[in-house]
Formats: sequence, C-alpha cells, structure tokens
Amino acid sequence: MIRRMPDELTIAGRTFHSRLLLGTGGFPALELLAEAIAASGSQLVTVALRRIDPAARGSLIDVLSDAGVELLPNTAGCYTARDAVFTAKLAREAFATDWVKLEVIGDEDTLLPDAVELLRAAEELVDDGFVVLPYTTDDPILARRLVDIGCSAVMPLGSPIGSGMGIRNPYNISLIREAVEVPVVLDAGIGTASDAALAMELGCDAVMAASAISRAQDPVSMARAMCAAVQAGHLAHGAGRIPRRLYANPSTPEEGLPDFSQSAPGIS
Amino acid sequence: MIVNGQSAEIQPGQTVASVLDRLGLSLDARGVAVAVDGEVVPRAVWSSFALDADARVEVLTAMQGG
Repeated sequence: MIRRMPDELTIAGRTFHSRLLLGTGGFPALELLAEAIAASGSQLVTVALRRIDPAARGSLIDVLSDAGVELLPNTAGCYTARDAVFTAKLAREAFATDWVKLEVIGDEDTLLPDAVELLRAAEELVDDGFVVLPYTTDDPILARRLVDIGCSAVMPLGSPIGSGMGIRNPYNISLIREAVEVPVVLDAGIGTASDAALAMELGCDAVMAASAISRAQDPVSMARAMCAAVQAGHLAHGAGRIPRRLYANPSTPEEGLPDFSQSAPGIS
Repeated sequence: MIVNGQSAEIQPGQTVASVLDRLGLSLDARGVAVAVDGEVVPRAVWSSFALDADARVEVLTAMQGG
C-alpha cells in the first residue's frame, strides 16, 4: 500500500518541516555541531543529561538555542525503567520540555533495548504526562504495545547504535509502519545517506542520525547528504516505486523496428 | 555531603542554591537539573531547599548525546 504522507512531520501535535532528527553526540567541537545542524536542516535534536563539569568549555545549551532547534532529551545510559524515569524527570526540569527519547538499554555490547523495562518506563512516563518517543527494537508487536500504552511515536533501530550497519531487517520496518498509526522514526544504525533514503522509502516518517554524521570524515557534508537523502526517500515513497520483476521489461517499444535483413553486410 | 559523587565541604542547613553557587551556577542557569537523595528538586525551590549533612546531591546539565 502506498501511503501519501503530508509534507510536514507531526509528532504529538507539533509540526516539523524537516524529517531528519539529529543526535548531538560524537561531534568533536561545538562549532562543528552548529555547522552540522545548519547543514542538516534538522529542527529536533537530542541531548543527554550528565553531571555538570564546571571546567567544560562552551555551552551546548547556548549552541542549540542559537540554532533555534527543539530539544529532545534522551535517557541514554539507563539500564532500568527506574533510572530512565528518573532521568526523564530530571530532563523535564532541566530543559522545560515533557518530550523524551526513551532509551532503556539491555547490555553494553549491543546497546539493544530491554523490551520489558522499556514498556514499563514508557507506561510510567506516559501516565506522568510525558510525550514519549521510545527507542525500540524492530519488533512490530513491541511497537504496537508501545503505541497502545500511549507513546507518541516509535523509534525502531535499523541496527545497533553507532554500528553503521544500516537497516538489517527492512521487512520488519515495513511491518512496523503498517502496525502503528503514530510516526515511525528510524533510529540507530544509519551508516550513510542511502540507509536514510531506504528508511524513508520503506515508509518511515523520519530518520534519526547521530554517529553517521558526527563521526563521518566530513560531518557537515554528511549532514547535507542526510538531509537530501531523507527528502529523496520521502519523495520516492510518495511517488510509488515500480514492482520488482525477475526479468527485463523493455521501456522502448518493440513495434516499428525496421527490417534489419535489408541492412548491408559488413557494416556494424 | 556528596555533590556529583565527590564529598563537598558544605555546611548542613545550606540550600541547593549554595551548592549551585559553588559550581558557579546562578539560579536561572539554563539546562540544569538538581536531584537530592534520588528525588528531583524543582527549580522553584532551589533557594529554599535545605540540605542534610549526609545529602547526596546531583547537579546535571546538557551533554552531547545521540
């Protein structure tokens, strides 16, 4: 089924022109982050919450404020529902937003979500009035459960965080798109622009990229590439791709060819 | 008293605001959250929230993250 998507992304009643969410992690300098944000066109960027370092140089908050972007605090580094809920509440206090990118991690090698703890935390935060965008596995059933308890979007992974392995199971991402009515934001695993385009072609409403941009050799150029890829994939999805076929299907008509038996021998 | 995992020489009875002051933070510092003994302390009560001698204070702020 082809879903015609409106040109703007709407999550929990808030509208964005850009369908690219940017993670702020991994940029070696705040100046570079600011340039990448501008190049990406992103309007919604993630931030983490950590102990303050009085010696830290520059203020991330000031840079993001100058960039005019909305903040999406994450709960990265939390391994239990309890810790994630606590972090979300601190973030609400720090950033004056009730939006949260909910991450509850299962183990440090894969950084894959812990489904049980994730559901538990999501339920508690939704009940507390948060707009919850959970980072989830590519499991359509879990995505539906998260939406059933009131999450405002789902953020399935393409592959583990920072792996750059792209979308390992495009089929499941398509199933998630069919399973839920809220926006689907492909999160984690994006390696390069074609991965972002594929996510959009599969029907995702947006893509989140962090390491793919911040750890690229030229982050600003990659930010620009991701912006273009998300737009291209979104357009292509709306345009409706041709069906795949095993054999060729000529695009030039067979009729009207001349009688080649009359052509002079020896001329090629 | 423990502030961000390190013991701090802060007199009992002092407030969250005094801890922030020592860290060079004003009461209107953007992007800052405080928790005491595992509970979020809202900004509105930073200057009135008195700390016990064995309080565990966390002062957090925005950090780059995916």
